[in-house]
Amino acid sequence: MEKLNFRHSTTQALPGTRRQAIVGVVASGNLEVLLERSLPPDEFTVEIDTAIDGFGDVWEAVVADFVDRRQPGGLRITINDGGARPDTVALRLAQGARLMEAM
Amino acid sequence: MALKPVTFSADPGDQSWYEASARARLAGLLDAESFQEFIGPEQRMMSPHLPLFDLPRAFDDGMIVGRGRLDGQAVLAAAQEGRFMGGAFGEIHGAKLVGLLRAALAEAPAALLILFDTGGVRLQEANAGETAIAEVMRAIAQVRAAGIPVIGLIGGRAGCYGGGGLIAGTCSRLVVSESGRISVSGPEVIETNKGAEEFDSRDRALVWRTMGGKHRRLLGGADAFVGDTIGAFRDAALTQIAKAPAFDLATLEAEQARLEARLARFGDCHDATEVWGRLGVNDPDAVPGMTTEAFDALLARLPEAPHDAR
Repeated sequence: MEKLNFRHSTTQALPGTRRQAIVGVVASGNLEVLLERSLPPDEFTVEIDTAIDGFGDVWEAVVADFVDRRQPGGLRITINDGGARPDTVALRLAQGARLMEAM
Repeated sequence: MALKPVTFSADPGDQSWYEASARARLAGLLDAESFQEFIGPEQRMMSPHLPLFDLPRAFDDGMIVGRGRLDGQAVLAAAQEGRFMGGAFGEIHGAKLVGLLRAALAEAPAALLILFDTGGVRLQEANAGETAIAEVMRAIAQVRAAGIPVIGLIGGRAGCYGGGGLIAGTCSRLVVSESGRISVSGPEVIETNKGAEEFDSRDRALVWRTMGGKHRRLLGGADAFVGDTIGAFRDAALTQIAKAPAFDLATLEAEQARLEARLARFGDCHDATEVWGRLGVNDPDAVPGMTTEAFDALLARLPEAPHDAR
């Protein structure tokens, strides 16, 4: 198991009013993403608990790409990972952000 | 299993129960937006044991519990996520279900629903899991004794095995689909202990006709057989709440008599098809391929419809 933490500053807050959402399941090749709107609107953090060690660089790139695309200011994301591939991670993050954007 | 075309409907009731996550099943089963979760994922009530084994945890430990409404009636519901560690019972997972059952005594809902999807006890926390199974069975007896029906819904990927199979046996009523399986020892466990001659776990047709929904319904082990949609489970749950038997001496004696008669009548059968033949099914080999409608028609035609006691 490896724990990773990333923190980003964003230029915008994620739109929407939903306080919390959860997507995905911890299973082989899958992950669960818990999204909470609990930070100041220009901050974003991710905490990751992953079953597969040694992929910190890949996680960093996937998270940075998500921040660039969505500007998820105000979100605290926590991930339990069962060994998902980067494309699955990116899709789950996008799915979660879309749920949080609901009014 | 009959293959069905993918639905293009957005209605949650039309979605496959088997394919849905535990959360999607609850959302579609209960009245829209009525589910309120207890100890939600944001509380991060996770297994204290899995980190010792270097295994990932889940925020809800694979058990989602809460209250909601079913056609307007207040109900409590618990759903197992079969994809997280096979839906297995660990310490937190089991404690959430025990807590929900105890809450039923205080809340007095119209029913308590358990959406089973489990391989049994989680081996990494086996003592806590075994204890949880015993506590759940005791709590179900108390809830039923208080006049609250406990309805089990079974149609998930992991089936309902091990301690989950024992718990299912204590429910007031069980609803099962074709892909749902109910048993205690799973196919691989039997094969490991008794050999492939006794039970070949790779023979999927054998597994399904021995443990699958149709066989359980024909034997009276399940009280309703439904197609694989969330809507079908919802309708059946409503019907079964109304039909739940009283939890009294007469019911238990009737169940004991039913099980003794079943053993005397079918105890020497070597295959489920022999059981179905003795039940009066003309063409037992055709049963596994039947649609839900054809199977319902068969049940109605049988000389003695499967009788349910519990």
